[in-house]
Amino acid sequence: MRSYRSRRIAGAAGIFWSFACAFVAAASLLLILGYIVVKGGGALNWQFITQLPRPVGITGGGVANGILGSIITVGIATLIAAPIGVMTGLYLALFARGGFAESVRFLSDVLSGIPSIAIGLFAYSLLVQPFKHFSALSASFAFAVLMLPLLIRTSEEAVRSVPRTILEGALALGMTTFRSTLRIVLPVAWPSIMTGLLLSIARVAGETAPLLFTAFGSQFWELNPTNPMAELALQVFTYAISPYRDWQSQAWGGALLLVMAVFALNILARLLLKSRVSVLR
Amino acid sequence: MAARRLGAQTGSKIVDRLFVAVLFAAAIVFLAIIAGLAIELTRGSLLSLKTFGFRFLWTSEWNPITNIFGALPLIYGTIISSLIAIVLAGVFGIFAAIFLADFAPRALARPLSFIIELLAAVPSVVFGLWGLFVLAPAMRTVIDPALQKVFGFLPIFSGPSYGVGLLTAGVVLALMIVPTVTAFSRDVIATIPVDQREASMSLGATRWETMMKVVVPAARAGIFGAVILALGRALGETIATTMVIGNRPEIAVSLFAPSYTLASVIANEFTEATTDVYLSSLVELGLLLLIVSIIVNGAARMLMWSVFRGARSAR
Amino acid sequence: MIEAAARQASLETRELNAYYGEHCAIADVTLEFRPLAITALIGPSGCGKTTLLRTLNRIHEVIPYARVTGQVLLDGEDVYDQGVDPTALRRRIGMVFQRPNPFPTLSIAENVAAGLSRQMRGARRREIVERALRAVGLLDEVADRLRSSPLMLSGGQQQRLCIARALAVDPEVLLMDEPTSSLDPISAANVEELITQLSGRYTIVIVTHNMQQAARVSDVTAFMLADEDGPGRVVESNETTQIFFHPRDQRTEDYISGRFG
Repeated sequence: MRSYRSRRIAGAAGIFWSFACAFVAAASLLLILGYIVVKGGGALNWQFITQLPRPVGITGGGVANGILGSIITVGIATLIAAPIGVMTGLYLALFARGGFAESVRFLSDVLSGIPSIAIGLFAYSLLVQPFKHFSALSASFAFAVLMLPLLIRTSEEAVRSVPRTILEGALALGMTTFRSTLRIVLPVAWPSIMTGLLLSIARVAGETAPLLFTAFGSQFWELNPTNPMAELALQVFTYAISPYRDWQSQAWGGALLLVMAVFALNILARLLLKSRVSVLR
Repeated sequence: MAARRLGAQTGSKIVDRLFVAVLFAAAIVFLAIIAGLAIELTRGSLLSLKTFGFRFLWTSEWNPITNIFGALPLIYGTIISSLIAIVLAGVFGIFAAIFLADFAPRALARPLSFIIELLAAVPSVVFGLWGLFVLAPAMRTVIDPALQKVFGFLPIFSGPSYGVGLLTAGVVLALMIVPTVTAFSRDVIATIPVDQREASMSLGATRWETMMKVVVPAARAGIFGAVILALGRALGETIATTMVIGNRPEIAVSLFAPSYTLASVIANEFTEATTDVYLSSLVELGLLLLIVSIIVNGAARMLMWSVFRGARSAR
Repeated sequence: MIEAAARQASLETRELNAYYGEHCAIADVTLEFRPLAITALIGPSGCGKTTLLRTLNRIHEVIPYARVTGQVLLDGEDVYDQGVDPTALRRRIGMVFQRPNPFPTLSIAENVAAGLSRQMRGARRREIVERALRAVGLLDEVADRLRSSPLMLSGGQQQRLCIARALAVDPEVLLMDEPTSSLDPISAANVEELITQLSGRYTIVIVTHNMQQAARVSDVTAFMLADEDGPGRVVESNETTQIFFHPRDQRTEDYISGRFG
């Protein structure tokens, strides 16, 4: 048996090493963020946010169409994914039994680990190839598929966490399960469901891979989702790998915008979660 | 008072039956989407499967010009870059999780966990951008030459460094998956009941010994599962890898060499694919990614669940 | 509601068994609940008294894999018949739970009105809410904050709110599952007094593990017991005074005198 002293020193060293690892992990984020803010901040100006991209090789211009396109694409994706995801989560929490419920949950977990590029291929073969036409709609579909697992899991947990006695109290008054769920249970679970929605939006807001062959990108303003559309994440990617200095610095600007959007959504989600706790005693 | 017979109102029964039916339909739509994913990817791969069969997996040539496609260089690049990533992320992530679970003071644990979780929210293209313009030059000018000076006798550190390559991709991937390892490992460690820790300490073990000799072994399966889960993420990562791996479909021993991954090649070449066989081969790579990620994810979840279930029954 | 003539509803069970999956929780329960009187169900933990209560308004079947054999007759009709609508049943048989469960996102007034039909609006609705709150002695205490959250109320007030909510629907039977066990002694006494006042207007079935409460409050008492791993059964049921002073069964006497339970 080693001396107590040497064991304590070993312990202290171990704890310090663990701290160092946590510190390195956290510090690397701050390092990356630092670069984004510094280099991206330089490219952010009014022109950047409001103008269309200039043709290749000409300096100036902006990513306005990408910002709009991303908002439209993510918006449509939310409209597709939210009903399916939340209702499936409700079904799992309220009615599903045994094997079927377990299978749905398992498949939802599996789906959450599938690479987004494979899902992009799925969207391509379903919505691009048959029409021989790139579209924001196909990108929205890919995004919706990416959002589903998180939506299903958070919706189910949100409803499950409402105490059973509240549902039973409503049923005992002679309310249908439908009305009990809609008027009494869902309002209690709502902040948690919204949190899940915000997190799933944050998940796809920065996604690039599926966009390569669904939305495809565009140089112009586009409001029609059945056409190819500019996407901010795609513009960042294209500019970053280009050989033009000006485009590269615009890539940093776009990256900063993406990071700000994603962080804002995450923080909003956390705040919403905190407010929920005060509703239930 | 009107008669209040029990069987009178069936309206509410219909409402509830409809309610269940609609929710069930949503679940079916979800299942249909998953089935559709598998079906479409398989359908798209059929031409390539017919043309190349299983040789696809060990042919080391990926040549769009001669229309000969083999996945071996891509499998190699994917595996090596992911391996580097989980070694780095595993070491840093597990110890970070240990610190955050048991040794960090409350005031420190919360912000640190929060920052590491925010790392998970950063979009892939942003990692790629930073990797391309900050890390890659640093690797080329400082880190790789240093490695070569000290370890140059090893073949994996031989040859010239361009900045982009397997090692750089591995480091970027490690940064991207370290939050996964940390968060899940921390959760698994926290599930181990307090009384096991107390029992160990009351026998005279130090806190560190308790952690390394009692808690971590008990959580072993779950931590392993967390690492496997992170591996799954690394295998499928596309954009960040594409930006820093060099995009060369060749197998080279050195970690400094440019390489290519399954996901990257799809990203780079899909819109340029001119022939049907080319397209089909790319889709088959997607199918491969799908199968691998299902296996890896399934295994990871089962490992983690075994620890959660075990801890619950121990209470 | 209170002013209208009390309606006598006859409630009884015949050879009732209740199951959770394969496990039989109560067996062969044949009991008549005297109209407009208070019947107490007493017995040690696990004897099935709460399960029995929950079969009366079909809340039991909300638990997955729960089922029932036998009959529960309300005015001669079996509530478990094929065509019966459970929501209509639950408007005639109300329930108050062990822990007060006001709906967190509704105001006090909205809580009381929660069970009312949507067709009922405006003045009529307000009138019913006020009557219910008056009936439970809450109106004066909350009249100035009907729009505020029920979570601000004390435990005793919340439970009275839940009783008001159940009464607003104008049931014939009121089921109460240990309604005072989670309350402080003063609130418990208030609620107990309320229950005594309600007797004579509603048929009340109350589950309680507090024998003194059963003795104080009820007209009829039924004692239940479950053997080792067996289902709960009714050992004996009689006027409350008889059960407590001249129990017919030795097991009842043992429970009453505190030899187990």
